[in-house]
Amino acid sequence: METKILEQLVAITGSQYAKTTAAQKLAYSYDATPNFQAMPDVILSPGSTEDIQAIVKVCATHRIPIISRGSGTNLAAGTVPTAGGVVLLFNRMNQLLELDEGNLTITVQPGMITSEINALVEPKGLFYPPDPSSMNISTIGGNVSENSGGLRGLKYGVTRDYVKGLTIVLPNGELLKTGGKLAKDVAGYDLTSLYVGSEGTLGVITEITLSLIPAPASKQTLLAFYNHLEEAAEAVSSIIAAKIIPTTLEFMDKGTIETVEDFMNIGLPTDCEAMLLIEQDGDPLIVEKDMALMHQLCMEQGATSTQHAQTEVEAEQLRIGRRSALSALARKRPTTILEDATVPRSEIANMVKAIQQIADKYDLVICTFGHAGDGNLHPTCLTDARDQEEMLRVEAAFSEIFEHAIQLGGTITGEHGVGEMKSPYLEWKVGAAGMEVMRNIKKAVDPLQIMNPGKIFAKDTKKRVVVQHG
Amino acid sequence: MASVQTADIRQAFVTHVDDNRLMDCMRCGFCLPACPTYIHSDQDETQSPRGRIALMKAVRDGTIAWDGSIEEAFDLCLGCRACEPACPAGVQYGILIEETREAIQSVKKQSLKERIVRKGAFEHLFADQRKMKTAVNLVTFYQKSGLQKVVRKIGFLELFPPFMKEMEQILPEPAKRSRPSMDKAQVQVKVAFFAGCLMDTLFQETNRRTIELLEKFGCEVVIPKGQQCCGALHGHSGELDKARRNARSNLAAFDVVGVDFIVNNAGGCGAFLAEYDQLLEQDPVLATKAQQFTAKQIDISSLLVKLGAVAYLESLPATASTELVTYQDSCHLRNVNGVKEPPRDILKAVKDCTFVELPGADLCCGSAGIYNVLQPEMASRILASKMMEVKGVQASTIITTNPGCLLQMKVGIEREGLSATTRALHLVDFMYEKVR
Repeated sequence: METKILEQLVAITGSQYAKTTAAQKLAYSYDATPNFQAMPDVILSPGSTEDIQAIVKVCATHRIPIISRGSGTNLAAGTVPTAGGVVLLFNRMNQLLELDEGNLTITVQPGMITSEINALVEPKGLFYPPDPSSMNISTIGGNVSENSGGLRGLKYGVTRDYVKGLTIVLPNGELLKTGGKLAKDVAGYDLTSLYVGSEGTLGVITEITLSLIPAPASKQTLLAFYNHLEEAAEAVSSIIAAKIIPTTLEFMDKGTIETVEDFMNIGLPTDCEAMLLIEQDGDPLIVEKDMALMHQLCMEQGATSTQHAQTEVEAEQLRIGRRSALSALARKRPTTILEDATVPRSEIANMVKAIQQIADKYDLVICTFGHAGDGNLHPTCLTDARDQEEMLRVEAAFSEIFEHAIQLGGTITGEHGVGEMKSPYLEWKVGAAGMEVMRNIKKAVDPLQIMNPGKIFAKDTKKRVVVQHG
Repeated sequence: MASVQTADIRQAFVTHVDDNRLMDCMRCGFCLPACPTYIHSDQDETQSPRGRIALMKAVRDGTIAWDGSIEEAFDLCLGCRACEPACPAGVQYGILIEETREAIQSVKKQSLKERIVRKGAFEHLFADQRKMKTAVNLVTFYQKSGLQKVVRKIGFLELFPPFMKEMEQILPEPAKRSRPSMDKAQVQVKVAFFAGCLMDTLFQETNRRTIELLEKFGCEVVIPKGQQCCGALHGHSGELDKARRNARSNLAAFDVVGVDFIVNNAGGCGAFLAEYDQLLEQDPVLATKAQQFTAKQIDISSLLVKLGAVAYLESLPATASTELVTYQDSCHLRNVNGVKEPPRDILKAVKDCTFVELPGADLCCGSAGIYNVLQPEMASRILASKMMEVKGVQASTIITTNPGCLLQMKVGIEREGLSATTRALHLVDFMYEKVR
C-alpha cells in the first residue's frame, strides 16, 4: 500500500487506533482456520459508522480490500486477509445502543461479545438463543456475518432467525438501513437476510437489532452413553420422530469424549463409543415429560448408561465440555481440520457411518461430534499440515464427505460459513444458477470487489470426486 | 534492537523453541478472554497468547523479519499462564514463552546496563542465598538506622522512576521476634520447607510463622541447608541454563526420599519447583530425582487443609468482627499448580471475618516477577483495574499467597490512598493472627 494512502486511512481513526507494526500485521494474518495466512497492510479500529464510511470511501477510491474481523474465531478462513488490504476491527464499537423491552429487541454495535448479550438481557427475564461454541470470544457482528449456529440451534434456530434490522456501510460508502423492530415487515426484498451470512462481502455491518424471547422457566440436562455410533444416531432419529424438539441434542464420538475428558476432568466415561448431550427447556412440567420420554427412547436404542446433571453448575460443565470439543481434539495431532457437513436429521446415522468409512478408506483419523439434532456434524480430521502426502488424502476425504452430505440432501456448511476454505465446494450445493445469482448480487453491490475479496466465490469449482459408497 | 539479525534470531528460535509445541496451538482463540494483556490492550491480538504463538512460529519459520515490535509482544507477556487452563488444546504456553525468551537472550547484544543488572541479579543475588541475605540486611539497616526517614524527607526518591518510590514505601517492616511460639501437635508428616529467597529475607517473619503453623498442625519441619532461589526469575527471563543450575543446587540440598512433602509458601516458586521435572527432563543424572522432587511439591494452603486446618479454624470461638476479607490468586499457584480452593477454604473457615470473592481474582495483578519494573505502563493499567475491584467489594484485607502479589497489592493500596482502611497480608500471616 502506498504511504500516502496509508496516511489517509490512519488519519481517519487516529494513529492510536491504527496497527501497522510487523508484529501486529502478523497477529491479524490468520483466524482459526488451519493453513490460511496472509498479511494485511494495516489494521484499523474505527470508532463510529462515520469513521467506517470514510475508510470505505478511501478504499473504494484506491481499490483496497476491506476485511471486517470480529475475534477471528472463523473456521472457514472468512477473516484471513488473503488479498491484503485493511482489516477492520470492532473493539471500539462494542456498545449497547438500546434494550427495548416494549418490542423485545436489543440494538448493539457489532463488536459486542456474543455472551455479553445474554448477560445484559437475562436480568430482564429475556433471552438471546443463538449460542455458538465460541460465544465467550466471538462478536455478534461476526456471528451475523457468518450466520452462526450453536448448541441450541435445534429448537431455536441460527443467528438469522433473530436479526431484525441492520445498519450497513455499502461498498461505495453510502449508508443502508434494513428491517427494524417491526414484528411484520414484507416490504421488498429481504435485505436483512441477504446480509446475514454474507461474510463481509457486501458491506460493513455497523449496527444490529436482534429480537429477544422470554427466558425459559426451567432446563434439564441428560447424558446418554452408547457402545455403538449407530445406536446413538438412531436415538437421535427416534427422538425427532417422537415429535420432541429438545433445546440441545449433541453428539460426541469416542475420540472426542476422550479429549474433552482430558481437558475438563468431569468424569465422562472414556470406554464408550458415543455420547449424547440432551437438554430441554421451557415449562417445568413439559420439560419433565419430554426428558422422561427422551430418556426412555435413549435406553430403547441401546444406551449403556445415562446421567442426569444434578445442578446447573454440572450442566454448564457438560456444555463447556461440548463447546471445547474442537479445540480439545487438537491434543491428539498437530493439525486439526474441522468440517461442517450437514444433513437432514433423519440421515444422521447414515452420515456418521459414511464418515467412518471414508476415514478408513483414506487411512485418516476423523473424530466426529456436532449438533446431531439439527443434522449439523463436525467431522474433524486429526492430521499434520507438515505431511504433504497426508494433506492430499485429507482433502480427498473431505471432498468425499461433502459429496456424500449433498447426496443425502445436505449442505457443505451448517453454521460456519463458506469463507475461502469451502468456496470451491459452494457450487456443489447451490448449483450453477445459484452461483450466477450470487455473483450478480456481488457485482451489483460491490462492483469494485473490495469487500472481503476471495471469499465465498472461488476461482475454480472443485471437480466432483468419484465416490464409491461401500 | 537493530543489532539482532533476522537470520540469527531465526536460527535461535529453531534451536530453542519446540516446533511441536507451537503446532499444538490451533488458533481457536479460547485463550483470549483469559489473557490480561489482551484485555488491557483493548483486545490487541498481538498481546494475546494466540498472537504470541503465531509470532513465535512466524519467526521460527522465517515468515517475518525480526523487529522491535515482535520483541515487545513477548516482553509484554506477564507469564501468568492464565491461558493454559483456558486452553482446550493443552498448549504448553509457559514453556514456549520461556524458550522464546531463551532464544532472544542467546542472540541479543545487551546494553552494558542490562548486562550488569542481569549479572548482578541472576549470577549473584538470585544464585546465592548468602548474598541475598547480605543485600536484604542492607535494606533492613536502611530501615532501622533512620536512613529511610531521612531519604523520604529529602525527597531523594523523586529522582527515580515512580515505581522505585512506591516499592520503597511498601518494604515490609524489619522482622520482630517477640511473639511466643504456638503449641506443637503430634507429628503426622515430615516435610521439607522450601524457604525461598525473597520469602526468607524480606518476608522472614512470614516464613517463621509458616513453620510454626506447620508444627501446630502436625508437621516435623526440616529446612534443608544450601537451598537457593528456585530459578523462576532466571527461567522467566530466558536464562534457562541458570535456572537449571539453581534447580540442581536445590535437588542436591533436598532429601526427596526422606520427607512426605516439600512445602512452599510462594506461589511463583511453587510453580517453578513443580516443573523441575520438565526443566531437567534431558538431564541424564537428575531427571529421576527431579520427578520425585516435583511429585512431592505442595503449597502451604493445600497442606494445611490436608492436615485439618479448616475444621480447626471452624472450631475456634467467633468474635464480633466486621473484617471483610478477599483473596487475590497467585497466578502460578492457580494456573500452574491448580490450587484454587484451599486458600479460600481457609479464609471461609475463619469465623471472625467475612470472605468475599474478588471479581477477576483469577486475573494477574500485574506484579509477575519483575514485570512491574520492566513494563510499568501495562502493570499499572492492570493494577488499577484490580484495585477498582478491591474497592468494589469494599474489602479491608486482601490476602495473597505469593510475595510478588503481596508487594503489588501493597503498591495498589498506597496508590489508591487506601492505606488507612485496607491492608494486604500473606495467607500465613492472616491465619497466624487467627490461630494464635
